[in-house]
Amino acid sequence: MSARGSTATAGRNWTVGLRTWVQGLVPSGQALPDRQPVYVASWIYVFGVLSLASFVVVLASGLVLTVGGSLWWHTSSLGHFVNSMHLWSVELFFATMVIHLWGKFWMAAWRGERALTWVTGVLLFVSSIGTAFTGYLSESDFTSQWIAAEGKDGINAIGVGAFFNILNPAQMLLWHVALLPLAVGALVVWHVILVRRHGVVPPLEASAPEPARVGE
Amino acid sequence: MTPGLVVLAGRYLDWGVISISVTNAAIIAAMVVVFVLALVAPFPHDRDDDGERRP
Ligand code: HEM
Repeated sequence: MSARGSTATAGRNWTVGLRTWVQGLVPSGQALPDRQPVYVASWIYVFGVLSLASFVVVLASGLVLTVGGSLWWHTSSLGHFVNSMHLWSVELFFATMVIHLWGKFWMAAWRGERALTWVTGVLLFVSSIGTAFTGYLSESDFTSQWIAAEGKDGINAIGVGAFFNILNPAQMLLWHVALLPLAVGALVVWHVILVRRHGVVPPLEASAPEPARVGE
Repeated sequence: MTPGLVVLAGRYLDWGVISISVTNAAIIAAMVVVFVLALVAPFPHDRDDDGERRP
């Protein structure tokens, strides 16, 4: 079946609309390019992908934890190991994400229509902190009880306690394992699509001949 | 004073309103070191990348 042969019959429908939208997300050939402009040859450009890689380990180890449950991760040695994988991949995720953020801040990487990339980055930073917070509340041990008791007044003071009750472990666990990871995951996809759409930002000193967009 | 609790609480650095555990300060310092290294450390690349040649 060739896409070209079908255009006469396709007309306008949801499938065609969706296909056109998906095809237009990233300029052709830019989804997974194997060559990059020469300025990308620096370690600082690796930190976005390092955040992405640690996020994948966070998701995978978290999914294993959901299989065994809290009794398993508190009492068995394999459970302890997977729990540690989850914690330490989160530590790496935050460290690499913040170094990535510093890099993008000092190169003013929001230049050249990349404001939305920066904004999705800010949303990622904030929602990742929320995900980590609900994670600490889901440990199901004295630490999580302590954090919940210490944090509740602050959460109530900003007026969200009625909807987001950090003394309710079931609500915190569900936010941690469903709602927030889905939100962070969707934001990661959006962020990376935006990066591929605009190409990696040129260094500040090379920003004068900006109009040349990657992919053209 | 219970010595055990003091040990658990860890050591803190204090400058006025700023109070940070030695562990957290060390992690932030290590992140700054990694950031600087990422800027200055040479990035390995293929010899082919120097010219216009494509494999
Ligand atoms: C889950 C966390 C994040 C992931 C997985 C991620 C991933 C990436 C990747 C793979 C790139 C490609 C270029 C590069 O790696 O240098 C990128 C670019 C970018 N990121 Fe992130 N990022 C994250 C968080 C953030 C945060 C917190 C900010 C800032 C608030 C940010 C701002 C940007 C900007 C402005 C660009 C585009 C600049 C350019 O073209 O070089 N990102 N991101």
